[in-house]
Amino acid sequence: MKKLMIGNAALARGLYEAGCCVISSYPGTPSTEITEEFAKFDDTYCEWAPNEKVATETAFGASLRGKRSACCMKHVGLNVAADPLFTMSYTGVNAGMVICVADDPGMHSSQNEQDSRHYAVAAKVPMLEPADSQEALDFAKIAYEISEQYDTPVFIKMCTRVAHSQSIVETGERTEVSKPYEKNPRKYIMAPANAIARHPFVEERTAKLTEYAESAAINRVESGDGSHDFGIITSSTSYQYVKEVFGDSVSVLKLGMVNPLPVNLIRDFAAQNKTVYVIEELDPIIETHCKSIGVPVIGKEKFSMLGEFSQKTIARAFGLADKENVSLDTDVPVRPPMMCAGCPHRGMYYVLAKNKITVLGDIGCYTLGSMPPLNALDMTLCMGASVSGIHGFNKAGGSETEQKTVCVIGDSTFMHSGVTGLINIAYNQSNSTVIILDNSITGMTGHQQNPTTGLNIKGDPAGKVDLESLCRSVGIRSVRVVDPYNLEECEKAVLEELAKDEPSVIISRRPCVLLKYVKPKKPLHINKDKCRGCKRCMKFGCPAISFRDGHAVIDNTLCIGCGVCAGLCPFDAFESEVE
Amino acid sequence: MATKNIMIVGVGGQGSLLASKLLGRLLVDEGFDVKVSEVHGMSQRGGSVVTYVRFGDRVCSPVIEEGEADFIVSFEKIEAARYVRNLRKGGTVIVNTQQIDPMPVIIGNAVYPENILDEMCSKGVNVDAIDALELASQAGSAKACNIVLMGRLAKYFDIPYEKWEAAIEKCVKPNFININKEAFRLGYNH
Repeated sequence: MKKLMIGNAALARGLYEAGCCVISSYPGTPSTEITEEFAKFDDTYCEWAPNEKVATETAFGASLRGKRSACCMKHVGLNVAADPLFTMSYTGVNAGMVICVADDPGMHSSQNEQDSRHYAVAAKVPMLEPADSQEALDFAKIAYEISEQYDTPVFIKMCTRVAHSQSIVETGERTEVSKPYEKNPRKYIMAPANAIARHPFVEERTAKLTEYAESAAINRVESGDGSHDFGIITSSTSYQYVKEVFGDSVSVLKLGMVNPLPVNLIRDFAAQNKTVYVIEELDPIIETHCKSIGVPVIGKEKFSMLGEFSQKTIARAFGLADKENVSLDTDVPVRPPMMCAGCPHRGMYYVLAKNKITVLGDIGCYTLGSMPPLNALDMTLCMGASVSGIHGFNKAGGSETEQKTVCVIGDSTFMHSGVTGLINIAYNQSNSTVIILDNSITGMTGHQQNPTTGLNIKGDPAGKVDLESLCRSVGIRSVRVVDPYNLEECEKAVLEELAKDEPSVIISRRPCVLLKYVKPKKPLHINKDKCRGCKRCMKFGCPAISFRDGHAVIDNTLCIGCGVCAGLCPFDAFESEVE
Repeated sequence: MATKNIMIVGVGGQGSLLASKLLGRLLVDEGFDVKVSEVHGMSQRGGSVVTYVRFGDRVCSPVIEEGEADFIVSFEKIEAARYVRNLRKGGTVIVNTQQIDPMPVIIGNAVYPENILDEMCSKGVNVDAIDALELASQAGSAKACNIVLMGRLAKYFDIPYEKWEAAIEKCVKPNFININKEAFRLGYNH
């Protein structure tokens, strides 16, 4: 059946058709939908793990037991999963195992622009790179075949434009694959003696995979019509941009496998073209390989290492004229993303900003607290870094710093890698104040369950981590819960905990307003006779409140009636309808 | 057929994903090669969002670049202006006249350009402005703005009305089919 699917859904379908039985993942844009789509199949097991390392090791366990498995993550998640990755390269697999990793060139929703292909090279693990949804589905099946034939985990590398673009896909049927489990200490116990014996296997495997890459159908030459004296080596979405600009007129070596890279295939292609361009987003992986095998190519001197490409990038690089378009004289104000109207994080940030507290932040919707007018954050690095970071910040700064610094971290991020930082605070005793912004969901990636929500990926009842008990059990004696809609309560808690001579945790708890079970109240409205235009409410940064003709106005399509703004107005101008 | 390019732009949370789903479904059923590209995650939190819909005999790139869009369907006034550089010469902007202040305007760091649609007209852009919020409310839900605009867009295509209705039935939850069909009708007949 032919249907339009985003790359992530097609990849999930491919994993399913290939007989994948177990998927364990941590959500992260642009990878999240692979796992969400896979969870819709009934005859498989699928879960959200607390982090990518756990997910990868869970998938490894399933492979060891004899079932095809996968784990999915965004590029920075692979940093977390890097530890098992490098040694799984040595152990290899029993049943096939696929690691799906999604890069985010252009940083639509990420904190850096790292190129995951480096991991494939460094860990000596093969990597396939689809260029559209159909390839995502097909490559999943090929990945499992490679995994079992060559005894290795296999990467499938997505990027935002493949992961989140819909194109037409033909789906197929599922096949079941199962391997017996047999104890094999020399393969699976990576103590030095065994690992020393496995390393040569890894090198031999790479040599064999290079042979495979020379003739694999997924690395293909598309001959041009002779109108150009140059050829192009490319992969992934860059291939689509090349085809958009040149159609079938130029010769292209389209690489579906980006590690290991072929040698003779590239040399032969270069021999047939006067000049060879390598067009790849982010880092010069293919280019460096070409140069290392003595093939002169033009790459990053013409095509940037920054951001995404497009047909325009390619056209310009080849000196083709820009298309005629319209430009306006008026500047259009930017529209950055922001916390939603009624977002529970806003109340806590308002209190922190008002008291001029230094705030070390973390990864999630609440990173948006860094935006004006709240400007509430001082630092955001990576998952969990707020909790570990505040410990170092306070150790360096001493008691003066401890009394005016907090860190903020979401419930899901705390489960991911915040708790280890908290253990360090409790163990090595800094008087740090940790605020867990518990909105009872993984928000930014589009509402995934996590270990604190009590529900699993399918929305069924599951185990539930009790945050208060967890914090106490690692050694934090001062743990309190506040409602971020109650600004007075928040302010009191923050100031009291900062003043204490011991580490403390404040759990700022209220569910995300976008959750279905959170019922919006009627929008507030402004009593214009009372509003004096003082703009105090503007400091709250709620998108539902704006200022027109000397008064505050409320957009009733956005306001969810949380009423927190009413408490900020000295003239009681915010009025709620009697329900 | 040469590839046709439609951009759907607006503010995160306005329902552009349903509009692109509807278009994608319709165009696949019509037998075209189709690509639809959208961005999830951070930008959905009230930020400026853009979806690219491309269809024709063979579509390669999933994105629409400057000077390439045949249509820009905008859910908000200044979002139309933000992406008008992507419009080809002679292209059409279908725009909901709703004004949603971005945060820099709310906090007084920027001014909302009131006459932006007039400026677009003066630059030769075909501007088809419509109060989609009002029409959606008439249809029974302010959230149906997206489908009002799809109704307006349908005027510019040779695809029969019934096919659009069939696509709505396939893409919308059963409880909301009637509201959305009415929203589509109001946009189409406006």
